[in-house]
Amino acid sequence: MPMAIELQDITKVYDDGDQPVLSHVNMSVNDGEFFVIVGPSGCGKSTLLRMIAGLISISSGKLFINGTQANDLPPKDRKLSMVFQSYALFPFMNVYDNVAFGLKARKMSEKEVKDRVDHALDMVNLTKFAKRKPRALSGGQRQRVALARAIASDAKVCLMDEPLSNLDAQLRARMRLELRDLQKKLGLTVIYVTHDQVEAMTMADRVMVLHDHKVQQLDTPINIYKNPKNEFVAQFFGTPQINLLSANFSNREFKINNSFSLPVRRQFDDGQYTIGIRPNEFNVEVTQKGSNARTREVSYLGDKTVATAEILDGGQIVRLVLNNQVDIAEDNLIKITGAKQFYVFDSKTGEVLFNEREANLNATITAE
Amino acid sequence: MQMTNDRVAPVSAGSRRLKKVGKYLLLIILMFIVVSPFLLGFWTSFLPTAAISKGALWGKLSFDNYVAAVTTTPILRYLFNSLVISLFTMIAQLLFCSMSAYAFVFLRFKYRKFLFYVFLATMMLPFEAEVIPNFMTVRDMGLLDHFAVMIVPFMTTAFGTFMLRQSFMQMPKELKEASDIEGLNHWQFYYKVTLPYAKISMVTLGAYSFLSSWNQYLWPMLTTFSDNFRPVQDGLRQLQSQETFNNWGMIQASAAIVVLPTLIVLFIGQHYFKA
Amino acid sequence: MQQSLQNKAANESSNLKLKANSTTASKSKDGWYVALFLGPSLLLLGIFVFYPMLKTFYLSMFLTNNVGKATTFVGFSNYLSLLKNPAYLSSLGATLIYVLAVSALTVIIGLLLAVAANQQLKGIKIFRTLFSSTMGVSVSVAAIFWLFVFNPSVGVLSQLSTALHLPVINWLTDPTFAMIAIIISTVWMNLGFTFLILFGALQAVPTSLYEAADIAGVSKTTQLFKITIPMISPTMFFVLIVTLIEAFKSFGLIDMMTAGGPNNATNLLVYRIYQDAFLNGNFAQASTESIILTVIIAIFTLIQFKLLGKRVNY
Repeated sequence: MPMAIELQDITKVYDDGDQPVLSHVNMSVNDGEFFVIVGPSGCGKSTLLRMIAGLISISSGKLFINGTQANDLPPKDRKLSMVFQSYALFPFMNVYDNVAFGLKARKMSEKEVKDRVDHALDMVNLTKFAKRKPRALSGGQRQRVALARAIASDAKVCLMDEPLSNLDAQLRARMRLELRDLQKKLGLTVIYVTHDQVEAMTMADRVMVLHDHKVQQLDTPINIYKNPKNEFVAQFFGTPQINLLSANFSNREFKINNSFSLPVRRQFDDGQYTIGIRPNEFNVEVTQKGSNARTREVSYLGDKTVATAEILDGGQIVRLVLNNQVDIAEDNLIKITGAKQFYVFDSKTGEVLFNEREANLNATITAE
Repeated sequence: MQMTNDRVAPVSAGSRRLKKVGKYLLLIILMFIVVSPFLLGFWTSFLPTAAISKGALWGKLSFDNYVAAVTTTPILRYLFNSLVISLFTMIAQLLFCSMSAYAFVFLRFKYRKFLFYVFLATMMLPFEAEVIPNFMTVRDMGLLDHFAVMIVPFMTTAFGTFMLRQSFMQMPKELKEASDIEGLNHWQFYYKVTLPYAKISMVTLGAYSFLSSWNQYLWPMLTTFSDNFRPVQDGLRQLQSQETFNNWGMIQASAAIVVLPTLIVLFIGQHYFKA
Repeated sequence: MQQSLQNKAANESSNLKLKANSTTASKSKDGWYVALFLGPSLLLLGIFVFYPMLKTFYLSMFLTNNVGKATTFVGFSNYLSLLKNPAYLSSLGATLIYVLAVSALTVIIGLLLAVAANQQLKGIKIFRTLFSSTMGVSVSVAAIFWLFVFNPSVGVLSQLSTALHLPVINWLTDPTFAMIAIIISTVWMNLGFTFLILFGALQAVPTSLYEAADIAGVSKTTQLFKITIPMISPTMFFVLIVTLIEAFKSFGLIDMMTAGGPNNATNLLVYRIYQDAFLNGNFAQASTESIILTVIIAIFTLIQFKLLGKRVNY
């Protein structure tokens, strides 16, 4: 597949700082791909997008757009469009003029401008609103105008900087689908920046996770969820968050406390590790007999139950997601019998060491 | 002294009304303090001068003083001069202040901070203390007694630059980024985006610069000598100090002619801004 | 106007972050644009602000001939002789009295107008408009209005005195009363602007404060002194400084109403500069006076900047 965008060892250091904002980013985006860059605020994801756009200079490394090196290309010659979180609409222009803005700046003929704007507005269902000013539109409509601007530009690559973050939750969910639809229909290559892991999971062909100015992992959403490379990635994806429990390894088992240990077949050096278990991957029974945990908060969400429980003896708190067969209330004694899957992380570096996927693993319950 | 809450327990209707009357009374007294010089001026502008000089505040009302002012004095010419001077000063200030403000917000260059402080420093230097060398400068430039002498030195101000800079800094940076992606250069971004975006600040600065130019007194007094260029402030000074000294009716009419346009603009402007 | 300036200054700090990021890749071409955008203003300020300031300072160190050319270098002796000159010192004293009286009265009466206009009454808008009306009055018009009021033969005040069998005051020919007359006129001119700014500040005080005070049973008078005035005191101080600076620069009213008289009683700093330079041809002395005026105004402007800076954190 032809590569639309390729980054080799891209690094950004600001003039006034010695710490790099981004270091050694390598990635390539395929033609027609929906590529999501995700990370918490301050991780450098917006900076990265702006380097691709040409709005911020690249300190070192190489950027290729459609096979040609583009480090010093001015933004307008990179043949890409950009959609911003704040929409970046010109408040004094109506919808039509906002969409036509870039086309006019590129000295296109009047007729072509009109054709393109009409088409773009049609694509986002805003034809009726062409004469309105942005302030007379709702948040979702404003975002559609911004999308129409990108569509009208006819650029095959579209950069999106948290385009849905200013919308309310319901609208955001709907726009996710619409956006994805539009991208497929137009065959756009999208590089999409967000801090929202749900957006990354639901929309992306591939996801790049940024944290601490470095790339943490680059893979398909499902692989990232299933095989996180480190504690950060494991924690970042999935709601409720993965449980991270510190454990001691000896005698072929990870001992979380006296009442809770996980046996493994592989051998590890004796010492301290971090165990990661997703909330929905615990095996739980509601029983007094042999119970090893006590529930604290329980909320029923219809199709499932979300709870926190305190492991008896030691007091570590775990988050649980249970299907509705299990009937529990607050302050119940329960018995955690094992985990369908768990991860072992190096307690110092956070790197994943071991991904135990066999479902038949059982916790050894040693509590009386 | 915020609004009085009428819900305050069992106050009788009578005492409430009394309170209200008291409030209006206070407002009316204050209003009289503020507007009585106007009222007096306007009123006497309709009285015959003969009556005024006798100390009478009554007489036959007429527009005679206005007719006399317009026909026997260059008051309309003064108004025209002031209009020309203030308009050109305003346009020049809007242009140059917005340009320098743009530079301070959107351009990167060496000594940017230093130059900005240099601009700010000029706000500490009163023009009144610089009239001597400035007079020599415009004399050497051959600008004396001409419109230009009242426009050129005031074509830019640090205050205007500072004010527009604040306004430009409010612009979301994404607007600049979106324009960069479309390939707008600085000049295009300046007049296609920045100026329309900061429209309200531009209007405010425009009104301010127009009024300051209109109210100039010392400088035109030093630099204009003929009725062809004399602005209205010094025109009134001229009328008041010269042959017409005792023709109070006509002087008041001239003052009224001068003040009415600005008052009307002020009232309309207030209505517009509040709405 | 200044009001909006303050608000904008308050937002400044939050926007400073923005600038660090907005560096575009096309940095190299900015040079020409700097010349284009900044050049005209820099040139104008250079010619009409900085050069004259330096020139004025230069002239203040020399003796000058009658066309203003520097002849003999005398160092700071112009300053020394000026500060020993009783006429100048009395001018300085008169200016101080004038400035203090004008700014104090302007703020107090302006506040009174603002508080009175900040009530919910039918037709209050008409009063608000009228209270701000002196903003539309220029110096010469104000001077004509007040010359008529103070006129000894036809003026309203003297007629009123006669009618009430009180002694007639020679407003503009008695040194003390001439000063009072120009103070009254200046305060009146300032009222419109001051009213607008203070009224704006009053409207910005959250009504919940008054509601809480009402519930606690605090009287309206106490509310004025314990809530209203403390809440708007930064604006009051700001207006005070602006008025102070403007008062130091007063010229027009004096020129038209008293011409510095009688007996130099109203010969304030700027009027004296004008007289010394353009009527007496003593450019060296006028320059020295200009520098002293500049120093005074610079000090108050710095206080004003400090104030603006403070509002950022406010």
